Amino acid sequence: MSTLTYAVHDSMTMLRRNLKHAIRYPSVGLGSAMMPILMLLLFVYAFGDSIGAGMGGGRDAYPNYLTPGILIMGVAAGSMSTSIAVCTDMTEGIINRFRTMNITRSSFMTGHVIGSVIQTMVSAVLVVGVALAVGFRSGATPLEWLAAAGLLAAIAFAVTWLSAALGLISKTVESASNKPLLVQFLPFLGSAFVPAQSMSPGLRWFAEYQPFTPMTETLRGLLTGTAIGNDGWISLAWCAGIALVGYVWSRSLFNSGTTR
Amino acid sequence: MPSSVMPTPRQRNGRQRPVAVSTADLRKSYGDKTVLDGIDLRIPAGTVFALLGPNGAGKTTTVQILSTLISADGGQAQVAGHDVATSPDGVRAAIGVTGQFAALDDLLTAEENLLLMADLLRLGKREGRKRAKELLERFDIADVAHKRAAFFSGGMRRRLDIAMTLVGDPKVIFLDEPTTGLDPRSRRTMWETVRSLVAGGVTVFLTTQYLEEADQLADRIAVLDGGRIVAEGTADELKAQIPGSHVRLRFTDPDEYERAAAVFPGAVRGDEELALRVAGDGGLDALRALLDRLDAAGIRAADFSVHTPDLDDVFLALTGDGSTNTALHVKETLR
Repeated sequence: MSTLTYAVHDSMTMLRRNLKHAIRYPSVGLGSAMMPILMLLLFVYAFGDSIGAGMGGGRDAYPNYLTPGILIMGVAAGSMSTSIAVCTDMTEGIINRFRTMNITRSSFMTGHVIGSVIQTMVSAVLVVGVALAVGFRSGATPLEWLAAAGLLAAIAFAVTWLSAALGLISKTVESASNKPLLVQFLPFLGSAFVPAQSMSPGLRWFAEYQPFTPMTETLRGLLTGTAIGNDGWISLAWCAGIALVGYVWSRSLFNSGTTR
Repeated sequence: MPSSVMPTPRQRNGRQRPVAVSTADLRKSYGDKTVLDGIDLRIPAGTVFALLGPNGAGKTTTVQILSTLISADGGQAQVAGHDVATSPDGVRAAIGVTGQFAALDDLLTAEENLLLMADLLRLGKREGRKRAKELLERFDIADVAHKRAAFFSGGMRRRLDIAMTLVGDPKVIFLDEPTTGLDPRSRRTMWETVRSLVAGGVTVFLTTQYLEEADQLADRIAVLDGGRIVAEGTADELKAQIPGSHVRLRFTDPDEYERAAAVFPGAVRGDEELALRVAGDGGLDALRALLDRLDAAGIRAADFSVHTPDLDDVFLALTGDGSTNTALHVKETLR
């Protein structure tokens, strides 16, 4: 077997381990799907009338505006849970066993990241199901749905690498579980729930330049036919940038890291 | 499976064994704190070596360097013919490590843990299942094979841990304080495991704070203190290094007791029980000389016994004030 075959084999072994964890303990995975679903229900049924009216529609129109934003938030938040899984492994003895075995070093992180992306995508499907039930209607073609799934997967991949790095720098699982809050909160300060134009000037400036706004706008365009403009490219650039930073950071942390 | 072969046959002419682990002037420090201050080791293949020392002596650091978890600041180390710095993967393919804390996946069952190892060693499905089954039976955890490791007792966790270490048929096994925190019964089981491993030709590198454990298991013992090896040898050699060996002579007749005391003026008297403690190294020659002197004086002792210090005495003397001077001092007084 070549080095690459080894790398693929080892990563698949690690991936199977992580998926086994996820299937056996679905509470973590379901938890990351529940949060966006509860947000969706809260915003549609509690705030939907007012926000919808403010946006010139009503409660019936609001799910179409909201769902892409909820999906982005759910994917970002779900991806961040990787840091907890990585940190848990790092603080337990098993990581030292992996490190003293003749296996591809990167497979540990690769297994975590791919496993997390799969879980996040599964919970995104659940969110879409609930969204359809509360009145979300998409006129997207199959190709647009595919592009939407691709965008969500790219976001999940990028945020997961960042999250993995945060898991590596966390000394305890508790601190690892606090760090994702920042990323989970970011979509609120963008166009996920209300248009950025309706915000105060300082916040509007921030909303326009933070990564989740173009991502939300791109997904909204793909699913509900609003204008995308440059946001598609900007989103992909953000994904590539975040993924690269997360990957390089994780790799250097993992390779330099010793036992803790 | 990539397996490393010993550079020379296990036993040459039935005499000389190849070296499984060797270090030369191994050094490591964290900031200002020197953890290892020049460690030299030479461990023949197929033997049990015990690194004995108090907490913080550098035992775990030594194991971490030899098992490629951390790198040394200076010196060299070779394991199973591979340099830890230049060929870490070669070392990893030849070793098994069981650390102080059980390295298992709590969320998986015992069997799944073993199969995970088999997968990572690229054994193949059938071979992996076979190995897992063998090891589950060998370590007496077959009946809980489908239970999650999280529910295991301390002793069962260690057994599963060792079993996972053995999936890959390692040539050299590092056991870092393998019995710390175990009950006496589990400790005995662990000792038997170590003995059976060595009988199978494996080299065992063991760290421990328990003298009895080193005494029971190890062919050779090195005492580590403050990052330096302060003594090395077999358990008996170490015991002989320490002053305190003596012969105890007991008499029934007070007259004979007094005459014997005159023959051995340096002896420590025990007037109440009519016993004398005569210093000596416990060796045959010293013993013969002592008996000859008794004979020449025509004295008969009621009974006599030879006392040699146990490893506890050695340990305390060598690591007593935590400085290396203690060991030198001990050697000095012996001359």
